[in-house]
Amino acid sequence: MEDHLHIITGHYGSGKTEFAVNLALSFADAGLTPLLADLDIVNPYFCSREQKGRLTARGVRVVLPCGGGADVPAVNPEVSALLERGVCGVMDVGGDPAGARVLGRFAQRIYGIEHELLCVVNFSRPETNTPEKAEDYLRQIERSARLSVTGLVNNTHLCGDTTREDVRRGARLAKALSSATGIPIQYHAFDARLSSGMRLPQKTLFPMDIVMKKPWETDIEQTGK
Amino acid sequence: MAKELWKGNEAVAEAAIRAGCRFFFGYPITPQNEIPEYFSRHLPEHGGCFLQAESEIAAINMTYGAAGSGVRVMTSSSSPGISLKQEGITYIAGAELPVVIVNMMRGGPGLGNIAPSQSDYFQATRGGGNGDYRTVVLAPSTIQEAADLTQEAFDIADVYRIPVLVLADGLIGQMMEAIEWRSPKPRSLPPKDWATDGSRGKRGHNVVNSLYIETEDCTALNRKLQQKHELITKNEIRYEEFMTRDAEVLFVSYGTTARVAHAAVLKLRKDGVKAGLFRPITLWPFPEAALRACAQQTNVKAVVTAEMSMGQMLDDVKIAVNGAKPVRFVGTGGGTIPTPAELMDEAQKAIEEVWNHGRRIPALQRAN
Repeated sequence: MEDHLHIITGHYGSGKTEFAVNLALSFADAGLTPLLADLDIVNPYFCSREQKGRLTARGVRVVLPCGGGADVPAVNPEVSALLERGVCGVMDVGGDPAGARVLGRFAQRIYGIEHELLCVVNFSRPETNTPEKAEDYLRQIERSARLSVTGLVNNTHLCGDTTREDVRRGARLAKALSSATGIPIQYHAFDARLSSGMRLPQKTLFPMDIVMKKPWETDIEQTGK
Repeated sequence: MAKELWKGNEAVAEAAIRAGCRFFFGYPITPQNEIPEYFSRHLPEHGGCFLQAESEIAAINMTYGAAGSGVRVMTSSSSPGISLKQEGITYIAGAELPVVIVNMMRGGPGLGNIAPSQSDYFQATRGGGNGDYRTVVLAPSTIQEAADLTQEAFDIADVYRIPVLVLADGLIGQMMEAIEWRSPKPRSLPPKDWATDGSRGKRGHNVVNSLYIETEDCTALNRKLQQKHELITKNEIRYEEFMTRDAEVLFVSYGTTARVAHAAVLKLRKDGVKAGLFRPITLWPFPEAALRACAQQTNVKAVVTAEMSMGQMLDDVKIAVNGAKPVRFVGTGGGTIPTPAELMDEAQKAIEEVWNHGRRIPALQRAN
């Protein structure tokens, strides 16, 4: 049922990669064979390519940029596989209008297939902390991607310091953004540890197991608590 | 005020704007590009000027010129770009100008790579340029601290008329953390009566230069700089101690590595090993006396210096500890971040070494 393309965009630090990785994993858990493409060629660190091992082990195929370690990573031609009909694809696109520009070259092919362009919004980020500022980013991203956003993802967070109130505050602002733009809220994404008592529409709830951690956080878990 | 999620590079640029910096000259290089990007977007809103220079060398000299006119000005780059700026930095030090420079270090030597590193410690603390000069070196280990120290860097630069370097690694530039905006404690700042901002016919003209062609003038400048350095060493040293009061093994690290060491200390404590962390916040002036006092505590058996470089801060740690305790080194080069487990291993080895050494002493005494 989700065998179509999901394109994940948003401002730097909105949590696109965390959401994209978790979305691909949720498709794999649902028995699909998702293909995740890391299209982030503007951000040097904290990209989904770092999670390749974990993703592959759980049934997600990963397409990485070419020359990933260099200053100038390039889009992998294998990305074309995601533009076929009936493929369960997730595109993790780079942040901001600059990162979304990479979509422009695929826009004609994307029009021709069933797809969703999701804009991830974190209302705790200073540059998108009001519905107006968030819409401004959203429109800039649409212009450089040459595509229209079809759904919003409220991913309001402060990394490890996030509280339920932060998510709820984000939900209120996302609702205002949705009313102003007519774009529906697809998901409220949040750290799974905040799951209890979230009281938001059930089908939009998207609890995530946080995978994009800082180096000192990851190792502590691996060595056991 | 509610916490906000800031990326390190953006926080540094915003901190500068909040500190009254209205001029930024730079040239792009990963992993610090969000600094110029942020300035380019926001400096015009504050009536300031962002200019992308044709090179790092041009950028540092534009910074030199702007500082000479008495305004608050900043430049930023990453390791190879900071190497290019060294001539300008020694000129700025020689001309006694307040300037803030940010280095988000990446793997070296040479062009290296774009991954986080701390291998510009020598360059930052010893000076990559010529002559007897120093730059104050502030080393944040959180985004909060990067925001706080960048604001304060402008005050320190103004008070002492000295270039201040904010030295962080690419991870601090790229990662995001929740921060609160707060102002540094107010300082009384001297008037910039030396600035070349126009005499309006009311005074003689000011000259900003680093050329002191007469020997006695240059000697006097060097003496003055030395006194300034002593004053800064007296007033501005900063460090943080974590669980050091009963520590048997003492980590010394800064920046991102201190975050890893912090995690290692907590894990070692859970395993029953009394570990602690001494974190220099100013790398120059280095907290030499404080580290010596900390390492001289009888509970401390061994010191482990951890760096994302191949043994640079190690020299300062050895000078500070001055042979009082064995000093071990663990480090990574070329952009690799050590794991808490690697640091824990070194701590264990350090303790074993002390224990084995302790057993060897009676044997040696018998042989004598």
